[in-house]
Amino acid sequence: MSPLGEMTLARLREFYREPAAVFWTFGFPALLALALGVAFREGATRPAAVVVTPGPRQAERVDVLSRDPRFAVSAAGEGEAAAAFREGRAVLEVGGGEAIRFRYDPIHPDAEVARMRAEAAIQQAAGRADPLAVETDPVTARGARYIEFLVPGLIGMNIMSSSMWGIGWVMVEARKRKLLKRLVATPMRRGDYFLSFVIARLVFLATEVAVIVLFGRLVFDVEVQGSLPALALVSLAGAMAFAGLGLVTASRTSSTETVSGLMNLAMLPMFVLSGVFFSTVHFPDWMQPVIHVLPLTVLNDALRAIVNQGAGPIEVAAPFLALAAWTVATFAVALRVFKWT
Amino acid sequence: MGGLVDAAIEVRGLVKHYGKVVAVNGIDLDVARGECFGLLGPNGAGKTTAVEVLEGLLPPTAGEVRVLGSAWGQGGRRLRQRIGIALQETHLADRLTVGEIVRIFASFYDHARPPGEVIATVGLEEKRDAWVMKLSGGQRQRLAIACALVGEPDLLFLDEPTTGLDPASRRALWEIIEGMKRRGRTVVLTTHYMEEAERLCDRVAIVDHGKVIALGTPAALIGRLGGEQVVEFSTAPDVSGDGLDALPGVRRAGRAGDRWSLAVDTVHGTVPALLDHLRGRGAALTALATHQASLEDVFVSLTGRTLRDDA
Repeated sequence: MSPLGEMTLARLREFYREPAAVFWTFGFPALLALALGVAFREGATRPAAVVVTPGPRQAERVDVLSRDPRFAVSAAGEGEAAAAFREGRAVLEVGGGEAIRFRYDPIHPDAEVARMRAEAAIQQAAGRADPLAVETDPVTARGARYIEFLVPGLIGMNIMSSSMWGIGWVMVEARKRKLLKRLVATPMRRGDYFLSFVIARLVFLATEVAVIVLFGRLVFDVEVQGSLPALALVSLAGAMAFAGLGLVTASRTSSTETVSGLMNLAMLPMFVLSGVFFSTVHFPDWMQPVIHVLPLTVLNDALRAIVNQGAGPIEVAAPFLALAAWTVATFAVALRVFKWT
Repeated sequence: MGGLVDAAIEVRGLVKHYGKVVAVNGIDLDVARGECFGLLGPNGAGKTTAVEVLEGLLPPTAGEVRVLGSAWGQGGRRLRQRIGIALQETHLADRLTVGEIVRIFASFYDHARPPGEVIATVGLEEKRDAWVMKLSGGQRQRLAIACALVGEPDLLFLDEPTTGLDPASRRALWEIIEGMKRRGRTVVLTTHYMEEAERLCDRVAIVDHGKVIALGTPAALIGRLGGEQVVEFSTAPDVSGDGLDALPGVRRAGRAGDRWSLAVDTVHGTVPALLDHLRGRGAALTALATHQASLEDVFVSLTGRTLRDDA
């Protein structure tokens, strides 16, 4: 077989013979999606805990609020109510007196919503008439659930970390073991060595993305709304950009400690800033230009457009090109400074 | 440079600095084709640096190197087709098998030997499907040699090939190297084992502090000591060297670490006179050893140190 074929096979073998690498690449993102998906699904359906404190109208208010299934209501003495509040067992305290007195943390959106619903229910029970009729038409819009936000973010995060670790760590390990030196002492074409990593990465990439997409589909009913070829192309461009970044971090050092430090330095800001777990809009305006240049932001936004908004290849052409530019730039730097011995 | 037509390696004025450290300080060498050439010296003498410059892995600070008639440069890959290398230490991939690794290396060469044949040459047939991480040190070393041999090289570089090996593995490696010599290949090896150099090498260069301090066949170098046998001794209290070289049969007297070392024609001709000499000075023997003169003794006579001292 050709040197490229032999070395690519070696990459694949080394990967699947390392159980830890297989777990971190395939098992970990699935477990993370499961944990976050379960946590947030329960959060959406759990009733708001409300306590009603003693007063002439305590029993009446308990009765009124209990009619709304979105409340879990209990009557409690003052001291008991305060304790329930402190320990997070109640989000809203309703006074039992003539005037309605609420205690809650207005920063907490669940508490604010509970207060508004409780107030409306009590006022209406007391005879408030609303001047206009209200019609509600509940929709579960595709792509609006948290898990649907999360799945593309997890795909992006996984592409980043597996590309960087799979290239950076493995190459530094090879340099540390003097394997790189031994290889350049043969007639091997140096390009073949890098290419074997790229090809192996593509094989893993297809599996990684498929695992998360299938997992989202089977467990949480998250469907890819847009085009699968677009998903493949954007994932590919993302994997290459992070392979390049991994190569840059691995280009000089022969210490695995140094390269893990460098990779974490590159990856940690993106875990936080690039919209893996929560939207980038939470960051101030002045940070936005920087955030939107980061390759993980570009990748995540494009993946969300495909998975949740039904984007096709044309819509994600711009992020594809941005990731391609990252690829060219990082490979150009890395290959220039790469140290074999 | 005007060198030999049949030179496998020509080196002129080779110097290699690492920052301010001078690792190789002016070496000239010619290695003929088909020769087994040894670079001999203590750890840190500059052997590995010199060899890595010859292998084209390190650029020299100054000097000229020609290998198989070419300089390292543009045609490097063509040259590498004809060269096999075992570095002093290489940790091959842990989770690949012996067979897989040899196949990878074979794939780099235009005229590779069949991997199975090379694995048999180094006696690893039974480990063919074993992961590298399951191999012993000696087996890993033999695998490294297999990777060096698989390209059917004209020129083989072995850097400390037997360091850390058990005696059986060492002898097995010697046989492999002798097989290469029989096939007319050129072998350059570094070692700090004298018996290895004496057995394998047609010529040796003794290297110390980045320079060649002696060059020749093992027999000629040992012959320069003047004696066939060596008597080593130490005493309490220590004695001065005065009069030692006047004892019967002594060709040369010198210091070897904390001992005296005498190159002598015969042991029985010298030792009785030595004992009288020491008794006359009130010194008691604390150690006395005799052996056939070896390259070790040549190094001692040239440097006053033993090879195992870390210089």
